[in-house]
Amino acid sequence: MDKLEHGDELGHGEQTGESRGVTRRSFVGYLIAAPTLVAAADLAFDSAALAALPTVQPVDAFDLTDGLTLTTAPTSQLISVEIRSDGTVAFALPRAEVGQGITTAVAMTIADEMGMPLDKVQVTLADARPELVWNQITAGSNSMHSIFTPVRVAAAIARERLLEAAAVVLGQPVGNLSLVDGIIRSVTGQTVAVATVAGLAAVSQTVAVQATLKSPSQFTLIGTPRGRIDAHDIVTGAKLFAMDLDIPGALPTMLCRAPTINASAISVRNFAAVKAMPGITDVVIIPHTTFVPGGVAVRGQTFGHCITAIRALDVVWGPGTVDGKSEANVLADLRASELPMLPPLLGKVIEDTFVFHFRPGDPLETSCAVADVRSDRAEVWAALKTPIWCKEQLALHLGLPLDKVTVHVTQAGGSFGRHLFPDAAFEAAEVSRVLGKPVKLMWHRTDNFRQGRVHPMCTSHVRLVHLLGNVLTFDQRHTSVATDFSQGFGELLTALVAMVPGLNGLTYAQLIFSLTANVPYNFGVVTQLINEIYAFNTFNTSSVRNIYSPEVCSAKELIVDRAARSMGKDPLAFRREFVRDARLRAVLDQVASAGNWGRTMPAGTAQGIAIHKEYKGAAACLVEIDCRAATVNRRVPDAYTGPRVTKVVYAVDVGLPINPLGLEAQMMGGIMDGIAQALSYSLHLQNGHFVEGSWDNAYYTRQWNTPPSVQIIVMPPTGDSPGGAGEFGVAATMAAVACAYARATGTNPTRFPINHDLPLGFTPLPTVPSIPESPTDGLEKAF
Amino acid sequence: MSTHTFLLNGARVSVDCDDDLRMLWVVRDLLGVHGPKYGCGLGVCQACTSHLNGLAVNLCAVRVGDIDDNDEIVTIEGLAATVGAPLHPMQQAWLDHDVSQCGYCQPGQIMTAVAKVRQARAEGRDLTDADYDQIRNVCRCGTYPRIRLAIAAGAQGMRRGG
Repeated sequence: MDKLEHGDELGHGEQTGESRGVTRRSFVGYLIAAPTLVAAADLAFDSAALAALPTVQPVDAFDLTDGLTLTTAPTSQLISVEIRSDGTVAFALPRAEVGQGITTAVAMTIADEMGMPLDKVQVTLADARPELVWNQITAGSNSMHSIFTPVRVAAAIARERLLEAAAVVLGQPVGNLSLVDGIIRSVTGQTVAVATVAGLAAVSQTVAVQATLKSPSQFTLIGTPRGRIDAHDIVTGAKLFAMDLDIPGALPTMLCRAPTINASAISVRNFAAVKAMPGITDVVIIPHTTFVPGGVAVRGQTFGHCITAIRALDVVWGPGTVDGKSEANVLADLRASELPMLPPLLGKVIEDTFVFHFRPGDPLETSCAVADVRSDRAEVWAALKTPIWCKEQLALHLGLPLDKVTVHVTQAGGSFGRHLFPDAAFEAAEVSRVLGKPVKLMWHRTDNFRQGRVHPMCTSHVRLVHLLGNVLTFDQRHTSVATDFSQGFGELLTALVAMVPGLNGLTYAQLIFSLTANVPYNFGVVTQLINEIYAFNTFNTSSVRNIYSPEVCSAKELIVDRAARSMGKDPLAFRREFVRDARLRAVLDQVASAGNWGRTMPAGTAQGIAIHKEYKGAAACLVEIDCRAATVNRRVPDAYTGPRVTKVVYAVDVGLPINPLGLEAQMMGGIMDGIAQALSYSLHLQNGHFVEGSWDNAYYTRQWNTPPSVQIIVMPPTGDSPGGAGEFGVAATMAAVACAYARATGTNPTRFPINHDLPLGFTPLPTVPSIPESPTDGLEKAF
Repeated sequence: MSTHTFLLNGARVSVDCDDDLRMLWVVRDLLGVHGPKYGCGLGVCQACTSHLNGLAVNLCAVRVGDIDDNDEIVTIEGLAATVGAPLHPMQQAWLDHDVSQCGYCQPGQIMTAVAKVRQARAEGRDLTDADYDQIRNVCRCGTYPRIRLAIAAGAQGMRRGG
């Protein structure tokens, strides 16, 4: 520990306290008047951070990660850590924990910067805090990138203030003190506990101070593998999700939903009979609106009672938004709306259009929320990635002052983009408002597949022209059913457009696309454009994990493989020759080496390789796939088996890895998504509704699809700040699997997932009643 | 409406409800035990997997009327007590391999894993890849490879004394 840095507690700007000459920046922050020590960062006045403001547009120089972080800087001073009188550190994280491990990574960051043991840092999820403006949105895999420095500054200020207080207690110059593993020690061996000085360190008046951050070489936690801080609660069943909360009077509530997408209930023919059913307290029509999916709400003693009542309802439904439409109609509309390409240059043209079908976007925990809306106040509990916007909209809708609406952010059972949309919270609040009673509202799984939010169907037309060993042009025209960016996230994007010159006039879709889509190869003149069809709420969509990138990347990498073939080059050699990013070349070489690229494989099996650049990082994926008949035709009851990815090697460079174990977990999840998206996971739109209604219909990766071998390589740090991780495993995997499938089968697949056009492997559940009966054969199936 | 009584995590409980009510709602909504999760109510996702007299069952697919007075239900909350330790070896393996992401499916995954190990042991054999391929529990976070590693480690722990 370098004593000089602590001795210089007043701070004097740039310091070079490390013998290695590492330059450390000092930051302004606040000691906040409070009974215990509370410290906050202030990046809004950090000139170094502001100097990095971009003035150019290409995604290489300014991407979505930059944009999201930029919007959070002005409110960073509102991010504070508190040292409790028992010596523990408390931090209410203004982000959603959806399984991505952000609470663990932030706890590690605070503990490391302060010098506290990890188990003394408690990270909870903050209620909606409107004063944070854009700084409480969880999106774009941006959380760690945007909150890393503010959290460290707050922690550093707290550490330095504790040392000042300890200096008085110990009668030592502060420069002689350090905080290591939760104990303040002097160079002469005296010690004092954090708990002892926590109260003394508190200030009665908020003051601005400077703090100097530790240099990366001083990190002892950051960069080391750590298990999730909530792992014990998870494996013992103690972790609570929204549906596990016992809010007084909040009885189970479900909705009978329409047989076609977004239809409204007009009337209930047997209203009185259903209301009189045992255990049912309420039955009420909830109209479909922009924010509330709606249907006929049923409140009862248990969810089992709700299911029985919903199955008994006889409802008259109005029209939906896509009645009569099937996916062939949508595909025709997409094809008709594609933006034109310029005529190709002279050369060899490699060109195709790829079709990507609708696929589910919901996590395992179905949409749910608890709401207690009264005439003078409202309180909501839900997994929310845009809690401030949710709170503001609820206040508007309910006609309540903002401070009379409390929005609690619960732990989420997954998200994958889903919780950017507070549908369940709005719906629960509306039911509670109408009934004047608290409700615990839960969606049925079948409804989540059929009326939930999906990744939009899209096409990607790619044309590559090469001549004399060079690629002259690469054009991509992406055409998609509109992705809904309207709720909360859209307001942030609007703000971003206002903050950054050159983004004016872009639609949300164009903005996201232009800040994420890229071609990391030296391909001459490159153009990538997006066009969308339909209004944002025609289909229920969300910015599903990695948004456009998996499809954009897969189409691109499939064409790259074809170009390599056309030019007589090996897929790896071609990529190495044309890649224009050193970090991408490094991860590419890493997977090629670890995955033994080019090894001899039996007919019907093959390797595939792909790269992806996003989130201030670099990723490469090598897979092996088995498309032989004996594998494809494996029999698992009520399942799709199909081609099996037998091996995945994934290398990721995120700049500065905080928790490699958590990072590997995020890549693993993205890999499973990528496999599913390439091979099996989609929805069939028929006659105005999606036919899939269960996990045995919509084929997300299951154990029988899981690769027996998965190797994830976290590259050593290449920078001093963490890039994004939560979505970074998807695109390269989906592309590599698609490329491997093409090579193993000797085909040029253009429709994904590749099983989508096979006959349905299941009998669709009825659409009326909307909820299937629960089976009764559990005992027969016991094992 | 009738009174149903059975053992839940070692304690005798009674509820008044229709025979037809599925055990998932009896356990969660009437008895306030929240470890078994709802993921589909169709006997598909297996998030509510718990043990009935030592065998894995989906509580969403069992009528309370089919439960006898002496039947013993163990949910994730009661698993450790079955081995008289703070954690069951399978739970410890889950921690050792940092299996969980969001954690929603993990109570069901662990209860399935324990039953699979017991089943293989009763047949006098170890679990193989073919057994893992039969596990139906959905993990939408996709932590399947770590689940496989943890089951193997948990099986060793169970052999030692679980």
